Amino acid sequence: MLGKRWVVQLLCVLVSLFMAVPIYLIALAAFTSREALNQFPLPLLPTSLSGETMGTFLRSTGIVGGLINSVTIGLSTVVLALAIGLPAGYALARYAFRGKDVYQLGLLLTRALPIVVLSVPLGRTFLDLGLYDTSYGVTLLHTALALPTTILITSAIFLGVSHEQEEAAMIFGATPLAAFVRVVLPQALPGIAASALFTFVLSWNEVLGASILTLGRRTLPAQLLATLADSPLAFRFAGGLALVLPALIFILIVRRYLLNMWGTTLR
Amino acid sequence: MNVTVSNLVKTYPSGHRRATDNISLSVEDGEFLVLVGPSGCGKTTLLRMVAGLETPDSGTVTIGGRDVTALPARERGLSMVFQSYAIFPHLKVRQNIGFGLTMRKVPPAEWSSRVQRAAELLDLGDYLDRYPAQLSGGQRQRVAVARAIVVDADVLLMDEPLSNLDALLRMQFRAELKKIVGRLGTTTLYVTHDQAEAMSLGDRVAVMRDGTIAQLGTPMQVYAEPAEQFVGGFLGAPPMNFFPALVREGRLVVDDVAFDGAPDGWEDRKVLVGIRAENVGVDGDIPGEVEVAEPTGATTLLTVRWAGGELKVQTASGFTGSSVGLTFPPSALRFFDPDTSLALH
Repeated sequence: MLGKRWVVQLLCVLVSLFMAVPIYLIALAAFTSREALNQFPLPLLPTSLSGETMGTFLRSTGIVGGLINSVTIGLSTVVLALAIGLPAGYALARYAFRGKDVYQLGLLLTRALPIVVLSVPLGRTFLDLGLYDTSYGVTLLHTALALPTTILITSAIFLGVSHEQEEAAMIFGATPLAAFVRVVLPQALPGIAASALFTFVLSWNEVLGASILTLGRRTLPAQLLATLADSPLAFRFAGGLALVLPALIFILIVRRYLLNMWGTTLR
Repeated sequence: MNVTVSNLVKTYPSGHRRATDNISLSVEDGEFLVLVGPSGCGKTTLLRMVAGLETPDSGTVTIGGRDVTALPARERGLSMVFQSYAIFPHLKVRQNIGFGLTMRKVPPAEWSSRVQRAAELLDLGDYLDRYPAQLSGGQRQRVAVARAIVVDADVLLMDEPLSNLDALLRMQFRAELKKIVGRLGTTTLYVTHDQAEAMSLGDRVAVMRDGTIAQLGTPMQVYAEPAEQFVGGFLGAPPMNFFPALVREGRLVVDDVAFDGAPDGWEDRKVLVGIRAENVGVDGDIPGEVEVAEPTGATTLLTVRWAGGELKVQTASGFTGSSVGLTFPPSALRFFDPDTSLALH
């Protein structure tokens, strides 16, 4: 028994190291001066810290703009995905309707097509519609990508709130909307928050679609992808950190909701 | 307020037969009416249609003379206790009880005093600031009842409110519920599958089967004079005994045994005889062999094998012996048509 616990502990440490060490190394490199970076052997402890690389990186063209674009698109995607996904998830959880199973399967199938396949028709359509190179266009794409998970997660959350509670609210004088707002929403909120953050991270990390659909109004990952390939090594580390850090912060926030996400523990 | 349902028909999309089949029923003002029946008999569907949670295919529901068939639940002026309690886990007991008052926009001072009064009526005074998760099952049920009575509705609906409690708690709360509802005098429609609950709570009992009402009457009526075999077999523990007999020369003949009490006008025909376990005498001369004797404390329940098959006999405690002489008091015998299972009159 004791031995088994040790194995589990050891595995946990190994997995954590597997995730944490690269992040540490990237952070270290990003905050090391360019000269120190070229030393051999490279010191593994923060001995010669400098904000110079990071400062230059942040000042370079398109980075701050890309950051703003990314945040704008991410938040808009969250709002739009919830606006469409919540009612759909609710319908899936509460009502029996013709084609429900097909619909659920179809949701998953939308993710079956790789975005590379879709890129040309998508770019073409967006050009025709005048949506090319707009934040709105990228938001639409990201919403489409996020909707299946949003719908399936929220429907699982809504399933966790018994329908009888809603009925009780309506018996005691609530309209269907009031019953939803007063009874279902407060209980579903942690799950909805998790789903929202999930969507945000998805939008934040999505590179390919954003690269194809924009030219000037790039999101941060798209911008980095376009510019960093030709940049000196030091800036690639800085760019890597700029990409990892926000996602990391979101995951830290999401963490306590993650169990809720599958509707297992609503309380 | 009296509640009247007329010709209610409901078929669920998935079901191939009617959940309620043309049911008409009237609950008098202040009456406690229990709908009882095996699962799937349509009792809950009927209650939900009165509540406005299901829409009938046809038929009407009137409450206090007002046709509410097309009205949503919130406008029907009723209140309900759910089987799963359906109390709100994210609200404290106080807010749970006061939910109906909040929705009716009752002023704060009155709100608190009414919540307080309902809480005290159900011994919840000390738990008002707790969350439901911190309460026991019995206490949650009390919250659900308090929430239902605090709104002072015209009609109180209860859907198997005691079925999730353990046996002891159920007995206690049953008596308490009867006291509380009796004091309020609210018209109550109560659904249960537990025949003991139905007998003990109801002013009248409606025994349901297959979407129809098999019999409607006072508990003692439906217990003592079942209108069909099903009712006798469903109500009572143990259920009524049934055995076929032949009517010959004014006597009932079972195998080689004959005794008095045959119904009139049924000469030379088969009849289904029903008798309650407590009405079978053990001081007679019809031979029976005791297969099992189960002392239950106040009485002893015998399983007796006789000419007519197996018979449950309830007798005084302390009974011993392996054989009995049975008697069937003619006044306690009930007769049913073997073809239709309906009672003979």
